[in-house]
This record gives sequence, structure tokens and C-alpha cells, in this order.
Amino acid sequence: MSRARADEEEYWHSSKFRAFTFDDEDDELSQLKESKRAVNSLRDIVDDDDDDLERVSWSGEPVGSISWSIKETASSSTSSLEGQDSSLQRGSSSYAAFPKQVSSYSLSSLFKGRNKLPSFQSLSDALSDTGVKNYAPELRRPKAEYKDYSSDWSPKDTVRRMQRGKVCSLERFRSLQDKLVLLDEAVAGHDGNVITAVLIFLKRTLRREILFRELEVRQVALCHLIHFLKETGEQKLLLDLLRFLDKTEEVALSQYREHLNIQDVEKRREFLKGCIGLPFSAEDTSHIQDHYTLLERQIIIEANDRHLETAGQSEIFRKYPRKASILNMPLVTTLFYSCFYHYTEAEGTFSSPTNLKKTFKIPDKQYVLTALAARAKLRAWDDVDALFTTKNWLGYTKKKAPVGFHRVVEILQRNNAPVQVLQEYVRLVEDVETRLNLATKYKCHDVVIETYRDLKDRIQLTAYKCKVERGSAEEEKINSILNN
Amino acid sequence: MAAHLSSGRVNLTALREAGRRELREFLDKCAGSKAIVWDEYLTGPFGLIAQYSLLKEHEVEKMFTLKPGRLPQADVKNVIFFVRPKLELMDIVTDNVLREDRGRSPQRDFHILFVPRRSLLCEQWLKEQGVLGSFIHREQYSLDLIPFDGDLLSMESESAFKECYLESDQTSLYHAAKGLMTLQALYGTIPQIFGKGECARHVANMMIRMKREFPGSQNSIFPVFDTLLLLDRNVDLLTPLATQLTYEGLIDEIYGIQNTSEDFFDNLTVEQEFMSGIDTDKVNNYIEDCIAQKHPLIKILRLVCLQSVCNSGLKQKVLDHYKREILQTYGYEHILTLNNLEKAGLLKPQTSGRNNYPTIRKTLRLWMDDVNEQNPNDISYVYSGYAPLSVRLAQLLARPGWRSIEEVLKMLPGPHFEERQQLPTGLQKKRQHGENRVTLVFFLGGVTYAEIAALRFLSQMEDGGTEYVIATTKLINGTSWIKSLMEKLEPAPF
Repeated sequence: MSRARADEEEYWHSSKFRAFTFDDEDDELSQLKESKRAVNSLRDIVDDDDDDLERVSWSGEPVGSISWSIKETASSSTSSLEGQDSSLQRGSSSYAAFPKQVSSYSLSSLFKGRNKLPSFQSLSDALSDTGVKNYAPELRRPKAEYKDYSSDWSPKDTVRRMQRGKVCSLERFRSLQDKLVLLDEAVAGHDGNVITAVLIFLKRTLRREILFRELEVRQVALCHLIHFLKETGEQKLLLDLLRFLDKTEEVALSQYREHLNIQDVEKRREFLKGCIGLPFSAEDTSHIQDHYTLLERQIIIEANDRHLETAGQSEIFRKYPRKASILNMPLVTTLFYSCFYHYTEAEGTFSSPTNLKKTFKIPDKQYVLTALAARAKLRAWDDVDALFTTKNWLGYTKKKAPVGFHRVVEILQRNNAPVQVLQEYVRLVEDVETRLNLATKYKCHDVVIETYRDLKDRIQLTAYKCKVERGSAEEEKINSILNN
Repeated sequence: MAAHLSSGRVNLTALREAGRRELREFLDKCAGSKAIVWDEYLTGPFGLIAQYSLLKEHEVEKMFTLKPGRLPQADVKNVIFFVRPKLELMDIVTDNVLREDRGRSPQRDFHILFVPRRSLLCEQWLKEQGVLGSFIHREQYSLDLIPFDGDLLSMESESAFKECYLESDQTSLYHAAKGLMTLQALYGTIPQIFGKGECARHVANMMIRMKREFPGSQNSIFPVFDTLLLLDRNVDLLTPLATQLTYEGLIDEIYGIQNTSEDFFDNLTVEQEFMSGIDTDKVNNYIEDCIAQKHPLIKILRLVCLQSVCNSGLKQKVLDHYKREILQTYGYEHILTLNNLEKAGLLKPQTSGRNNYPTIRKTLRLWMDDVNEQNPNDISYVYSGYAPLSVRLAQLLARPGWRSIEEVLKMLPGPHFEERQQLPTGLQKKRQHGENRVTLVFFLGGVTYAEIAALRFLSQMEDGGTEYVIATTKLINGTSWIKSLMEKLEPAPF
């Protein structure tokens, strides 16, 4: 129930009342409370004795999102075709009927704000009048109404009847001509349910090539069918249709989407391999290729590492048992994993970080940040050091990073690096203000002192004395600088 | 109790009462004690129409949530399913029905109420599973426009934007038109219809056609609304992407998100830079950093889409760069979402080589440097200096009219148009001196709290001349909106 409650909360918080207003006379809080009580009271009644039943999220959608699918409407309004429909009288009570004359209440006054209105009882009294046509787009009809036994309605009339919720038999429309008129009428009526009904019928009774050909020139019906096929999961027919329409990229993406339904990793790998040749755009093709290659690698790494883990000989796996499988993880996550468990491996192996970098053309920036995060987590400060140390041609080493050193500091700090290590990198932060901020924040005293010294800022340096321990080496350092 | 619904210029209580009546009638049809099995999504919208007390008055004794398995024990005569017409839900309903112990006594009668519409597809599905005949009453409960407040109506159709702009499926537009017909039945024919956008055009066409086909719908109510303004969401893609800065908008945005305040302000800074046209053509460092730190994907998507919209599309190199980083960090399967975003016009390559956004921004005065949030004098306070494009269009329509911005309108997607609806003689509205016009603004594809606040601000302005009532397919924020465009990545459980 907690998930539902959270979602209810989320829904509730998304449907607030008044925003900023100048004259806030009304107490929104009580209105809010009242309505919230309503929603909550529904919750309280909900029987919850099956808490141990697993809550299935039926479509992967979070509760609170709708997908209105194809709908049907039953209209009670008369049309010139069926003025004598007696069932209209039967059903006419559902909506307030509207009078021909203005009643004793001035209607305009009824609709002006802030006046105290009569209760709805008297409103309906005021407005009700017999024999007046009501207009309500939906009305429930007795069940018998839905059966249609007549056999001589034209396509146009049939569509009209279907719009009113009657189940009509379409079988008698045998000629292509009739079927197309039926479809065109349905489309013109805009009622999704009716369009679907006709399409189901045509799908069943027309040769595929003819159906496709006719839909090609009927955009709305075509989009409708595509949506319908997606909804009912008729993948094969959908792909055939898309191919016929030369919507090649859609075919490719639609097919690729299917991989999500394949749980078995080997089968998924095979499937992705098959996707590579599909008509994606050039950019997307390379991504699909990468997806396949990545999964292929992950399968190998996973098998290997599971073996290592169970064998119990590898120290890293003993010390840091894996929490999850690497299968189906994103590339960067895989890189992190590789930098964590396989850092020292040569480029030749599938699990080495350098191999991943090369195969997937991972930019330096991303690579360094990921490797840093992994080595910092393992507290392998020497490795961190090596990441940023370069030797120039004269053999001198210096530190360089493809990102600002403040980012390096951030990551180190998050992994609780000791101050001595942190300090090294804070010292390298280019921007002076940032450097000072970080150094002060993380108590890298030497860096603070050195920076103030370089800035020749005696005042700040003196002030900083109170931040260091009495009699410490830092205090001495400050004093010696101040005295020179 | 219904005070908030009647406190606006238009009394929306009537709308809600009509809804309650329909509900009562259906419940009474299923005579005797009853239990309702709820599609969880519906409890929210229903809560705005009726309280439990109303249901209880009509013998609803128990309520359960819809889930697979056997239905819970309850000594009631009727079991009613309140469900949306979704195939996945039909599977669950089928499961419930099939597991019902037919040997038990007394037997329970089944009924099903589709909200907001019956669906042929669903009923066919039920038929194929062999359970359609188990339902005695199969009905629909139309919940087109739900009154949220005295000036706010929503269809709560989350997929409307996706359906309209990605799938060219006009079903939600049809329901918008139906909802508008219901409103006109209660509040009078709206004499003037203005619109901007493809979907707006479709809705207007549907309304005109519906009126023609059901001539009995002419009524003699004095029109409450002077004007209807239909706006496509894609006319203004920018506004939902930016972080809202009104109180309500902010709550709506950050609820459930664990931002540090530092990061929040960094985020805001980047947004404001994009919206004022700074550096929209390069890869942005902050965005890159966020990707590297694996911030929630939706945050990333909002920012790159914002940049794309403010640049009228990204340079191919920049777009490819972002795409690559996103796919490598979050997974290749997100190619599907990125594709959706491109189709929706949110994250796409720059095609024309021209960036129209600065012109639009200048002409419509979207960026106001001297904003005063404490005492605002312009709608730009809702985003701390940025005026929502959509609301600006509404504002300019009222005064001095869209003729003055013809050029800019042409830069925005979709046609703009005006229609007039005939009023029966004698009902021409004669406005009293000093009386404001009432305009119904219908956002097709979603509206944000900030836009609502901005329109309310305009309504409150002295000498403003117009009061606004807002309708929409869904109340959205940037996160929920982008989410609705994301590909579902979990496989179906059935």
C-alpha cells in the first residue's frame, strides 16, 4: 500500500488549488483539506488484507499516469437521422434539462461569481422543465439498445449508430467500396472507438496489400491502426505495415524496442545482433552496435567474474563481494566496475578498463572521472596519483587533469580521502577563490596558508591562525611567514 | 462545501453536480449493497467529484483496489469495477472474475463502469477471455472536464500530448471537443473561437461539426464565455521545461526530488541563461557535469530540451555529443526516449540554420529584466523574469489583438485562426459598463501552475478587461511531462 500512498501523495501534490493571488479571501487550506479528506477517505476504506500480495505495476507506468485508449461515446442527442428514437425519452433524465425561457432566477446572476447561490436542488428546480431537449454527450442506454438487428443501414448510418454505442454487424459490407466509405465516415466522425471497430473489421476482411494501400492515403486511419497494433502487441503486422510505408527508421526502432521483452541475456544478445543491420540513422546505428558489443562483453565478464568469485582465490572479490551482476548495465557503470575489479589488467582482456575505453571510444574526461571514482572508493591513492601524473619529454612529472581539479577534490572528499591526499589536489585547483574555499572547507591548512602567502594577504593569514591548533606545525608556519 | 468551485467568475458547481448525478444514477442501477473495485488512478479525479459519503448513501459498503488474484471477501450483492479502458486492466478484471467462487452463496453480481468511455477494444478483449457476459451492467461514466477550482478544469489525460504530437492520434482532441460541447450546454454557446496550432484547428473543426450534427443542442443560455482560445502545447514548448518559481509551481516541481539548494540554484542559473539566449549553441558544462555525476535522467533531459528549444534546435555536433553522453551513462535503451523527444520537437537538430527564438523573445517581450516578484506588474514574475509565451499570446489576443503580431505568429508552429459561432437572436451578450470579458483558455497538451498563476494575475489586474478560466488536457510540470514522453522500459508483467 505504501507505493499507492506515495503515488496518491504525488498525485495530490500535483493538483493543488489557487496559486498566487492578490486578495486571498478564501481559506484554500480548508478547501484543500476537505478535498484531501475525500481522497484519503477513499483510501481508508480500501481493503488491505492482502498486503503480502505483490503489487504489480501493470504496465510499468507509475500509478497516476493514464493512457486513454480508444473510446466510445454514446450520445443521446438527436440527429436528423433518428429524430423518432423513443429511447431518448427514457434516458433523458440524467442531465439537467434546460428551459426555453429564462426562469425566475436571472441566469446571468447565477453565473456571476461570489454571490451566494441557491443550492443545487433549487438550481435544478429552476432549470428543469419538461419536454425540453437535453444535450448530454453521454447517456447510458438499456442493454437492448446496443443490439442491432436491422440489416439495411448504409455505411454512413452504420457509423452514426456506432457512435451512439450500438454494436453493429459490419459483415454485410462486402464490397471494397462500401468498406472504404465506412472507414471514411468513421474517420470523419473522429470517434476513436468507431474507427477502431471499422479497422478491426477491415483487417479481418481485406487482403493485407489492399488494406495497406488504402491506409497509405488515409493518414488518420493509418495512425490509428499503428497505435492499435502497438497497443495489442501485434508486432509482426505492425512491422509489415511500417515497411510497406517505407517508414524505415520507425521499423528499426520498433523492432529494437522488443529487446526489452527478452529476459534471457543470450537471447537478448542474439536479438541485438540482428538489430544492427536495421535501417537506423547513421548515428543510431553506431549506438545499437555499441549496445550489442557491450552486452557481449558483459556476458563474458560476468561469467568470468562469477567463476573467480566462487573460486575464492581473488582478493578483490573476497574483500568486496559483488552486489549485482554487470549484465545490462550502462557503459559508464561497466567502466566503473572494470576500474574497480580489473584495473591492472592489460589492454588485451575484455574486462580491462583500457580495452573498454578503446572499444567504445570513451572520452578522456569520462574515463578519468570514472577511474578516479573507482580507485578512490578502494582508497588506492597511488593509483589516483598515477592517473594525473604525466611525464614530459625531459622526464619531469607534473599533474594534469582533463577536468578541473575541483572536481577531483570533490570525488576524493566524497570517498573520505585523508587530508594529506586531498591537500595535494586542492593545491592544484586553478581558480584561487575556489581553492581557498575548498581548502578552508576541508581543513587543508597548508594550502590555505600557502595561498594567503602568495596573495600577500597578512590579514587573512593572521585571521586563519585561530583555525589551526595551538602549537601545531601549521601555526608555526604562519608565524614564520608573518615574521618575514 | 463547493465554495471554491463557485467563487470564480463562472460557477463550475453545475458541472460537478451534473457529474454527481450521473454517478448516483449508475450506483442505483446496481441495486443493493455493493463493493467498488477501483482502478487506482481514478480515485484522485473521483475525489474531486464526490466524497465517500455520497457513495455510502448509495450502499457502497466496501472499496478495494484493482489487483490480480481473487477478490477479497465481502458480503455484498454487487461488485462494480471502476476502470479506465486499458487492455492491461482488462486482464486483471478477467483474473478477478474467473477466480470468483461461483459456488459461494450468496452470489455476487458483477458490473463494470468505464471511465471516461467504454471501449470496443476492451469489451472485445473481455469477450475473448470469456468474461464479457459476466457483467450485468456495462456502462461508461464520462469524466471529460473535471473542475479543479473555480477557474480551472482538467481532463487529467496524461497521454494527450504524446498521442497528439507523437502518434497523430486525435482521440483526446475528440474528448476535448466533447468536453467543450458539455460546457456550452451548461454555460452557453461561445460566440468567438480563436486558436493557434494543428490540434487547436482540429478541435475547432470538431466542435463546429458536432454543433452541425446535433442541432438540438441549441440552447437559450446567455453565454457566460465571450471567447474560447485553443492553444497547442507545442506552440510553447519552453514554458513547461523551465523550473516554475511561483509557490505552487515550486512545490509541484521539487516534491520528491532531493536537490541540494546549491545545485538547485546552479540549475536555475543555467535555465535562465538559456532563456535569455546565452550560449545556447554550445555544449554546456553544467549539463555535462550533471551527466558525469549521473543526476536523474529527467533533469538532464529537461535541460537539453530547454537548450534545444531556446536555440530552435541544436547543432548536429552538439546534439550528437549530448546523445552519446546520455546513452553511455544511462543506457543505450534510452535511444527510444530520445527519439520521442525529437519527434515532439523538444530535442532536435537545427534544420533551418536560423534561430527564431531571439526574435520571438524580443517581439513578445518574454524576457523582462526589471521583474519585481514582491509587487509584480507583469506576468514574467512567475519565472523570475520570463513571461510564459502561451500567456503572452492570450494577453495580446485580448489587447490589442493578434493582428499586431502576425509575423511572430507565423514563426510558431501550426495555423492560427478565428471562428464565430452563431448565437440565437436575443442572446447576443450586452456587456455592462466596466464588466470584464470572460475567456476560456484551453491548453491542448498540458498546462503548468505557473501559466495558471500568470493567467490569474491577468484576471486580477485592474483595467485588465478580461477574466480567464483555464481548461487543459492535463496539469503538468516539466518532470511529469517529459516522463510521459519517455519510453516505458520495463517489460509488461503479463
